[in-house]
Amino acid sequence: MNPAFSVVFLTTLLGAGQGLFLALFVIEGAVAAGLLTAPASGFYSCGSATAVILLGAGLLASFFHLGHPERAWRAAAMWRTSWLSREVIVLPLFMALVAGYGWMHWQGQLGTLTLGLIAAAVCVLLFVCTAMIYACIKFLQEWATPLTLVNFTLLGCASGVMLATALAAVRGEPNVAVLGQWAMLLTVAGMATRIVSLRRNAALKPKSTLQSAIGIQHPKVVQKAQGFMGGSFNTREFFHGRGPGTLRMVKWLFIAAAFVLPVVLVKSGLGAGSSALLVLAFAVQFCGLVAERWFFFAQANHPQNLYYQTVS
Amino acid sequence: MTQLALVIDLNVCVGCHACVTSCKEWNTSGEAGFMSDDNPYDRDPTGTFFNRVQTFEVGEFPDTQTVHFPKSCLHCEDPPCVPVCPTGASYKRPEDGIVLVDYDKCIGCKYCAWACPYGVRELDEHQKVMKKCTLCVDRIYDEKLPESERKPSCVLACPTNARLYGDIHDEESIVSKAIREAAGYQLMPEWGTQPANHYLPRRKTEAKLPGDVAARTDNPLNIDGPAPVSGRAR
Repeated sequence: MNPAFSVVFLTTLLGAGQGLFLALFVIEGAVAAGLLTAPASGFYSCGSATAVILLGAGLLASFFHLGHPERAWRAAAMWRTSWLSREVIVLPLFMALVAGYGWMHWQGQLGTLTLGLIAAAVCVLLFVCTAMIYACIKFLQEWATPLTLVNFTLLGCASGVMLATALAAVRGEPNVAVLGQWAMLLTVAGMATRIVSLRRNAALKPKSTLQSAIGIQHPKVVQKAQGFMGGSFNTREFFHGRGPGTLRMVKWLFIAAAFVLPVVLVKSGLGAGSSALLVLAFAVQFCGLVAERWFFFAQANHPQNLYYQTVS
Repeated sequence: MTQLALVIDLNVCVGCHACVTSCKEWNTSGEAGFMSDDNPYDRDPTGTFFNRVQTFEVGEFPDTQTVHFPKSCLHCEDPPCVPVCPTGASYKRPEDGIVLVDYDKCIGCKYCAWACPYGVRELDEHQKVMKKCTLCVDRIYDEKLPESERKPSCVLACPTNARLYGDIHDEESIVSKAIREAAGYQLMPEWGTQPANHYLPRRKTEAKLPGDVAARTDNPLNIDGPAPVSGRAR
């Protein structure tokens, strides 16, 4: 596929926002259970505001993907069949819940944990919706695996908790070390499952061939003309137009920037007590995840490309 | 239940692109709006088409065959593009099985094109909506046209009659007979989309006239020669 930056930013920003909210909610739960020191209540409302900003930025990015953004409201119609439609419903709901959660903390109201629990459930649902948009297309074999769901969730949580760590450090809150350890743990877990999916995809055998595409079972079939001299939607939308070298480079780039470097930065940031390093860890990881998502799209090999190989 | 479809005979398609041009001509002139082109007479031309004719070479030189392969929306019986559409703009008509896009509801998210393995949906770069073959739905039911012309315009344009049109759920229709008798097949059966459009495979064509018939030895009037004579007849 040809990665669209609108969708790359949509999925990475949503992941970070969701992970950040989950970090806030888990901290509040752990504080209520007496496991952690309570942060200032401003931490929750500030964190929730940041999460809403990230989610809103993701939503805004998604509009750039549409030919008719003014009709976007129509996308809520087909929730019975379409994961995209479900995401369109769940995302604003989640944003409202997170905003409410932050507002209740701001006002010092009771019942934040209950609202947080509902928001956490919707958050999980949003991870499912976002990932299933890709995982449900069975002939995009690189995407059609439960690993897509696992990776979207783990990578989103990792970057969100990374942001929570940086936020707590900058605000001088307690629990920075605990959050940093969670961030490292989630990052390592995300790296493990992403490498599993990279290995799976490298071993994939395409189910569709030129033979099945045109129904001629001769071992040697070559396209001589795709039917037009210039480009078309089909030649632009489904191939990234870059060589295998670029893809390999982006792969190593995101393994370094999304997983290895952030862990090193958090480790040294916690050791040195430097909040700047923790902020840097989040920034580097987010850029790494943008590269990861670009690669996720670019690697998917659409069977329609079998029909569009030769101009002449 | 009716399922209208095209059956394309690869044995007789000569790759002339008449179906492509007549499709574009009919569908760019309709009330649904034009099918936009950019730089049609310049470098990097691009445009929206419902139908493309592609060419494949099968075999190894010198034992090769050239196969011309027209491709448009296959109007799948289980279309993967329809359930993914978030707005309901993409739909399959229950009454005749045609898969259509409601241009007024389409938000141009391209998800349906991602969900089509055949690459037959094209986003119109100016109207910003997804477009595809409508099986000339605005012509096949038009009672102002004589009945013989109530067919998709690609079918009417084909000079070799390589494109058949009809209801594949009607056992006695021309398309059902063609599929049955000439081993019609579907594209990419591995995905279970059950395309309604079928293709008829290439066949070995042999002369079935014995020599004496070709020479017309039993011609009762015996006025023509054993073979056609070139030049003006006396």
